[in-house]
Amino acid sequence: MRLSGLQKEVLSLYRSCLRECRKKPDASRPRFQAFARAEFQKNIKMDKKDFGAIEFLLRKGRRQLEVYASAGVKDINQ
Amino acid sequence: MAALRSSASRLLGAAASRPALRAAVAPAAAVRGMAQVADAASGDANLKTFQIYRWNPDTPSEKPRMQSYTLDLNKTGPMVLDALIRIKNELDPTVTFRRSCREGICGSCAMNINGTNTLACLCRIPTEDKAELKIYPLPHTFVVKDLVPDLTQFYKQYKSIKPYLQRDTPAPDGKEYRQSKADRKKLDGLYECILCACCSTSCPSYWWNSEEYLGPAILLQSYRWLVDSRDEKTAQRKDALNNSMSLYRCHTILNCTRTCPKGLNPGLAIAQIKKSMAF
Repeated sequence: MRLSGLQKEVLSLYRSCLRECRKKPDASRPRFQAFARAEFQKNIKMDKKDFGAIEFLLRKGRRQLEVYASAGVKDINQ
Repeated sequence: MAALRSSASRLLGAAASRPALRAAVAPAAAVRGMAQVADAASGDANLKTFQIYRWNPDTPSEKPRMQSYTLDLNKTGPMVLDALIRIKNELDPTVTFRRSCREGICGSCAMNINGTNTLACLCRIPTEDKAELKIYPLPHTFVVKDLVPDLTQFYKQYKSIKPYLQRDTPAPDGKEYRQSKADRKKLDGLYECILCACCSTSCPSYWWNSEEYLGPAILLQSYRWLVDSRDEKTAQRKDALNNSMSLYRCHTILNCTRTCPKGLNPGLAIAQIKKSMAF
């Protein structure tokens, strides 16, 4: 399937989320992965033509990733 | 303020007023300009309608809309910020905006009022006509919510010009860096900038090149450190600006000077930088 630019950006954000999860301690890693997945699941129903909303969610996601990726964040609760 | 609130709630019916108002707003919300919340009208009311840009990040697929609020100006302070605070207190607590000092020194309440970027706390509510007052967030910024713009990029650029004194040599008397009166005078009209971002977001060049062009506010600050007689890294500062994007995207449109709510002249500062780079 050919992906649009926006879809590629979403996927690359998800990949970088999972990549950041790998830097977390073993014990809490599954929780980080579940959290990242849940954050994407929340908007799974988003209309794929709603570019403004998707771009906003991408910006929001990148900001969240920046916060959670910092080394000080060791564990996460949902 | 307490008096204002009690009179309004008496007219609306005290406890029931707020939930009722909110319920009334919700169904009309989808239609642009339809949602209307009004101040309680009395005999000699001087009513004014405010159209406010609304957008909620929690429902990103909903489009932004304009919502109208009607206030009685006799019960409201003279400035747009007073009206906004009154709308938030009495009509609709979900209206979101930044505010802090209410006297034009913090730069929090920068927004686009009737097409001009300005501080809501320094902008009088026009009383001469009955036309609606339109309030938008700063143009060409990402919106966080309603009237709150995302200024991350702006602050990042401010950080990039190193807005602090850079010196290698210690002060001769070991206490403070002295400056002649003439040198101090060069900073007048520069140090007053409160970084409200009104000028940068009014600049078409900045709209199209906000990633690389620094914008009038940051260049004004840049010049503030370039002319500071105590700063010793002038050459490096100039070097950092010496490319086609950072500085030279200024085409002297001068929207910045026209809009500055503090009456500063970023256009002149940028021209001075260009001059000092050229000769």
